[in-house]
Amino acid sequence: MRIGLFIPCYVDQFYPKAAIATLQLLEKLGLDVDFPLRQTCCGQPMANSGFEHLTGGCNELFVDNFAAFDYIVCPSGSCTLHIKQHLHSHKNEAAATAIRGKVYELVEFLTDIIKVKHLEASFPHKVGLHQSCHGQRGLHLSQMTELVAAPYSKPMQLLNMVKGINMVPLKRADECCGFGGTFCVTEEAVSVKMGKDRVEDHVVAGAEYITAADLSCLMHMEGILRRQNSPVKVIHIAQILNAAL
Amino acid sequence: MKQSTMDHAARANDFNRDEERVNWHDETLWWIRQKRDLSVNRLPEWEELREAASQIKHNALSNLHGYLQAFEANAIANGVKVHWAANADEHNRIVHNILKSHGINRMVKSKSMLTEECHLNDYLAENGIEVIDSDLGERIVQLANEPPSHIVLPCIHKKKGEIGDLFHRHLGSAEGETDPQVLTETARQHLREVFLTRKAALTGVNFAVAETGEFVVCTNEGNADMGAHLADVHIAAMGIEKIIPLRKHLSIFLRLLTRSATGQPITTYSSHFKTPAAGKEMHVILVDNGRSTQLGREDFRNSLKCIRCGACMNTCPVYRRSGGHSYHSAIAGPIGSILAPNLDMKQHADLPFASTLCGSCSNVCPVKIDIHDQLYKWRQVIVKEGYAPEAKKLMMKGMALTLSSPAFYRFAGKAGRTVMRLAPFAAGNKLNPWYNQRDMPEAPAQSFAEWYKKNRL
Repeated sequence: MRIGLFIPCYVDQFYPKAAIATLQLLEKLGLDVDFPLRQTCCGQPMANSGFEHLTGGCNELFVDNFAAFDYIVCPSGSCTLHIKQHLHSHKNEAAATAIRGKVYELVEFLTDIIKVKHLEASFPHKVGLHQSCHGQRGLHLSQMTELVAAPYSKPMQLLNMVKGINMVPLKRADECCGFGGTFCVTEEAVSVKMGKDRVEDHVVAGAEYITAADLSCLMHMEGILRRQNSPVKVIHIAQILNAAL
Repeated sequence: MKQSTMDHAARANDFNRDEERVNWHDETLWWIRQKRDLSVNRLPEWEELREAASQIKHNALSNLHGYLQAFEANAIANGVKVHWAANADEHNRIVHNILKSHGINRMVKSKSMLTEECHLNDYLAENGIEVIDSDLGERIVQLANEPPSHIVLPCIHKKKGEIGDLFHRHLGSAEGETDPQVLTETARQHLREVFLTRKAALTGVNFAVAETGEFVVCTNEGNADMGAHLADVHIAAMGIEKIIPLRKHLSIFLRLLTRSATGQPITTYSSHFKTPAAGKEMHVILVDNGRSTQLGREDFRNSLKCIRCGACMNTCPVYRRSGGHSYHSAIAGPIGSILAPNLDMKQHADLPFASTLCGSCSNVCPVKIDIHDQLYKWRQVIVKEGYAPEAKKLMMKGMALTLSSPAFYRFAGKAGRTVMRLAPFAAGNKLNPWYNQRDMPEAPAQSFAEWYKKNRL
């Protein structure tokens, strides 16, 4: 099984530690992981802004980089969802179609494909889990509070394997953090207010860390926490799952 | 109600100047979302009801012409006068002509978002006809000279103190009175006189049944019934998408509507109107006003399934923190943002962007409209039609160019991080809307790709 590691552009540039943790975690599980060096971005920043017609270059690059792998794994629900829903290719649509079916967000890859039963990880801290919308409502990583349906949570399934971790309950289990791509600057007032409210829920619950399967949400909340000089930190779920004593 | 030309972001920014008020608005609507959750979780068959309703509406929209003709024939046979209006202007003129033919210059009106969409009150006022809205919330915003901010809860943006002031000024209640019971009683006495004296009543329509030619109007206050039963002329205005094929389908829609809207099992009054009483007139106006166009837009046609419950607004984290007026459209919130561009794309080009695409709206929708997917699709249409700001077009082209070239991307990434580390003020300044209220992420010396080359290759 050859796995192509897809690291979103902003994670590559700003959060290399999350990418390293993702790679190390997959390697620890004995998987054959390769990081294609010519990768850039899934194209979502343009597409969500209404410029999907400008994503052709990103799409062709993505297909070139990842067509050869059995699975493509990405530590971001949002970027994964974008590829799943919108990847097309003029040169090789068959390859694009295949990729849309074999790209996985890290958490669901671990729970559904690898079927991880235990992890050698330890993180003795109070942690709040932020449900990133695209991972939750798009990839169905967790049950959604709007639906009348049995609860489940793939991120919690993994976090429960971590020694010493203390997950704190939130008042609003799955409200958006307000990042929303270019929304965070074009609708600055609402975006910031959503971020402040989301952070507040975790702080009141006593979280030392806020974790998520998406760094874009965490980047947004980190920006707000740091502006507030809050001691609360953000951490990608891969870093917790890869954390050793 | 005419509105100015500020876009959603600017209006939302104004709304957010009073953070306490935003908190109150958010909590109030979230409380209604929670009531909805409690109520729907009492029905194990909830998701099946949603699916059934969605499919019935799919059938209705796919065979709209036939169902409308059947409704018309049955309604006429019941003694109802049926009118067809291609647009808002025709609708308004039909209402005016009915009133003129009876020499009526004062009308009572229960909740109808369609008449808001058509700006009927303004039109009739210009023609010397007084309209009093009888829904309590609508009466409040009418006294405040504002449009409704929510389709089910028109004055949800107003605190009881503000309502007390309005009633003191317009209805003679005591100054400083804020007791909801006293204020409601003031409105009751005021509206009672209106109900007793108006010769014409206009109502909306929640459901029109093709099979029988009857229509159903849902209210909690009974104000539609009071108006319609006491007046000589009852005019019911409906969008053509309000049609349902069979009477028994009401057993699904009536269960879904109010649970989604407020968490009640059913509206206090779900009134069936079929035949005018002896000596009285009943009119139905079937209004298109862009609906046929929307029906022809494959990506957006199922927005016409909407039953106007408002659940998407209550759950929307943006709506809760920007207020209904920020959408500058008769119908606010997520559903308004996918309906409004069909009516006037240029004027409403901002609305599909007033969302994080979180998807909560689609999940609460009782007829399973894929609202957030349609928001995404409207963005593509709006940009292609040329309504994107020039600066954004340039930025997107630059971004696409950078991200299409691995070498340029690596160079730009490294250069950007270096600048951020050596000269943080380059990004950390007030010209950057991220930095106004949020810190920039720390720029690491090394990207993941650089680390990977050193450590794995």
